[in-house]
Amino acid sequence: MGKKLGKWSLWVGVAAFFALPLTSWAQLTVEDLHKTLDTTQAHVGNLTGHAKDGAAAYRRYCVGCHGELGDGNGENAEWMEPPLFPKPRNFQLGVFKCRSTPSGTLPLDSDLYDSIGRGFDRSMMPPWNTLTNQEKVDLVAWVKHFSPRWAGEKPGDAIKIPDEPAVTPERIKAGREVFAKVQCWKCHGVTGQANGPSASTLTDDLGRPIAPFNFTEGARPKCGSTDRDIYRIFMTGLDGTPMPSYADIIKPDEGWNLVFYLRTLMSQKSVEKEMAKKLDLKPVDPNAPPPAAQ
Amino acid sequence: MWVSRRWLLRKVVRFSSSSAALFVLLLSIILSASRPANALPAFARKYGLRCSACHESWPMLNYFGQKFKDNGYQLMNDRDSPVWQNPSYWPVTFRITPIWHRLSTNENVDVYSTVNGVSTVTGNSIQRITSTGFDLSGLDFHTGGTLNKNVSFYVLPSSDPTGAFHFEQVFGRLDNVLGSSWLNIKLGRFELDNLLSEKRILTLTGNGGVYQTYHFIPVGDANIFGQIGDNQFGLEYMGHSADDRTRISASLLSSNDGNVGLTLGANSYNGFFAGSQAFDAGKLGVQRLGFYVMAGEAATYYRTSGGIPIPGSGIDNKGFSREGFVGQFYLGQHFDLQVVTQHGSDSAWFGQGYGNAVATDGNGGTTCVGNPGTNGCPVDNTPGTTLPSNARNPTWNGATFEAHYVYSPQLIFIGRYEFERVSQQATVGTASNLGNIDNYVIGFRYNPFMTSRAGWAYHNEFNVFKQTGTGPVNPATGLPTNLTVSELLLGFDFDF
Repeated sequence: MGKKLGKWSLWVGVAAFFALPLTSWAQLTVEDLHKTLDTTQAHVGNLTGHAKDGAAAYRRYCVGCHGELGDGNGENAEWMEPPLFPKPRNFQLGVFKCRSTPSGTLPLDSDLYDSIGRGFDRSMMPPWNTLTNQEKVDLVAWVKHFSPRWAGEKPGDAIKIPDEPAVTPERIKAGREVFAKVQCWKCHGVTGQANGPSASTLTDDLGRPIAPFNFTEGARPKCGSTDRDIYRIFMTGLDGTPMPSYADIIKPDEGWNLVFYLRTLMSQKSVEKEMAKKLDLKPVDPNAPPPAAQ
Repeated sequence: MWVSRRWLLRKVVRFSSSSAALFVLLLSIILSASRPANALPAFARKYGLRCSACHESWPMLNYFGQKFKDNGYQLMNDRDSPVWQNPSYWPVTFRITPIWHRLSTNENVDVYSTVNGVSTVTGNSIQRITSTGFDLSGLDFHTGGTLNKNVSFYVLPSSDPTGAFHFEQVFGRLDNVLGSSWLNIKLGRFELDNLLSEKRILTLTGNGGVYQTYHFIPVGDANIFGQIGDNQFGLEYMGHSADDRTRISASLLSSNDGNVGLTLGANSYNGFFAGSQAFDAGKLGVQRLGFYVMAGEAATYYRTSGGIPIPGSGIDNKGFSREGFVGQFYLGQHFDLQVVTQHGSDSAWFGQGYGNAVATDGNGGTTCVGNPGTNGCPVDNTPGTTLPSNARNPTWNGATFEAHYVYSPQLIFIGRYEFERVSQQATVGTASNLGNIDNYVIGFRYNPFMTSRAGWAYHNEFNVFKQTGTGPVNPATGLPTNLTVSELLLGFDFDF
């Protein structure tokens, strides 16, 4: 018996010896990722970023969360507990929330550039606006070199955002209708407090818990806080999250109405908020029949 | 003879090869170690960022770290308030630096002669005294962070090398008042808004561990209140742009050099003003130019009781000022040069030794014991005192140049040169170069690891400090010699 066990152990040992290197083939290594290092570029305005020039800044500022392999598994990632602190982005997937391009497409270089400078509220990603513009565009190139998507795909075209109309009480009321029609309240709640009936069940594409944006707590929306940014967010959706694109459902003009209504939910002072107060605008009624059926 | 030459040659070759091997080994350890540098404890545990995100090399801040500090130790990610943290989190860091130390200076040493078994001092001569030994450069307990969103604090009890504790920094700060980064108010004892921070200096020796430009006082001058490197008591307004490219600050300070207990002037204040603008210079990096002004007055007459100055009674304020330019120049990702200039001026009263008759140094120094003018205590400007006819305002100019080569956030090489030149002595006829300083520092710090729980640096530094006319008196000429102090320091600098 003992002899047999010894023989088996020997064979298992030999097999393991040869099999171990094979397992590493299945894993992406730094060398694999750096194959496109010399060729990956980014272009923002007049600036051209080179991936290899972004390496030093990445290692100084980013690697602790996003990891050497850009897979979002830096040594600090495990201490971030979603939904309170979202996990760092996995750049290898080439999926990004903040884009000016349609859902499912790659972002523009300028989208990544803006994200680096703006940071993401309610996460551990601060605004890196102290970096030089060149450092940021080099970092964009570095981020791109992690994902094979950029080798085979082109970024989508930026969505068209019509000029912002003047805000009126009628538009705010119409925006409330849009809020009800597309059921924003299911996640964001009827008052925008991120307490809709689906809020607690939301997960991102990787199965991690995720919280909808709370309009009332005074925070900046993740992908920018101007009216155009907010318009862009619901028209492009936030890829990788349950927030879809509403470009097929909300007409451009309705989009602006929704922006105006969303402003009334936010804690910051605004013209829209003043108008809503005068209108004595009530939150949407989740039990009301859909506007189209009225 | 031939044998001994061969032996010598063999010895030299052996020594050279073993030294070379050791050098190569050390260099390869230093250069090959590429383990990641993580954030340091107090804020790293909170935010998870690597130390290199905020520090050029710990503890010196980079631009992002400066912005983090200017925001009140906040990332501005809407998660800065402690309510978002695990309840077990407490923002504290201990820092301690055990070292081996070599100190060499020239002293006037008594010469003995022994006659019939009896030794007597027959004279003296200037000799070099060199001491070596293991030492400790101090212990700091850093605790700081936010009490709530936009309410921050810092408390730093610190010991000197003797183990005596004092509070280096204690302040509360209201950040982003009215939602504006241009309105931040700080109250307490704090470091002045010096871009090249002495409290985050990368060197540790006695003369190299401070910036001479921040503390220079002409020989005989008793004004200790204009030291911009010392933490001061006061109220600071600070404002900055969102990206921190533009920064301004104004502080109202008590002229007490950070002493507690209102022991000095009854009513003497000074102000510190600083401003700077940074520019994006493409691949070179961000360049910053700025200025600072410290101006105010301090007491020269302490009312007395039985001839002894009464603490807190200082009046008859006289003026002083310090002003200069600051530059932070980056040449790519690895090299930077920091420059601080200073023009200083004190009232002639300070120049003649009037000033702080109560304490000789408010920042860890000894309290003056005895009547004014005795035991080295500053003199008191009692009623009826007049200045000598040859007295005038002492003025001086100085500059600090500090260069860094940052091989990686874990390995930084430091070189510094400082000069201080008195442009007008306090008394006509005094040697024009009395008290001039030249100070040289080189060193490197290597962090084999820095995790978000602890950091460790090998610290190596050499400093040469020269001051004209403040060395021991030459017995042959009866004139003071130049002071030269050299210091070598090897040690660990760790925190957890």
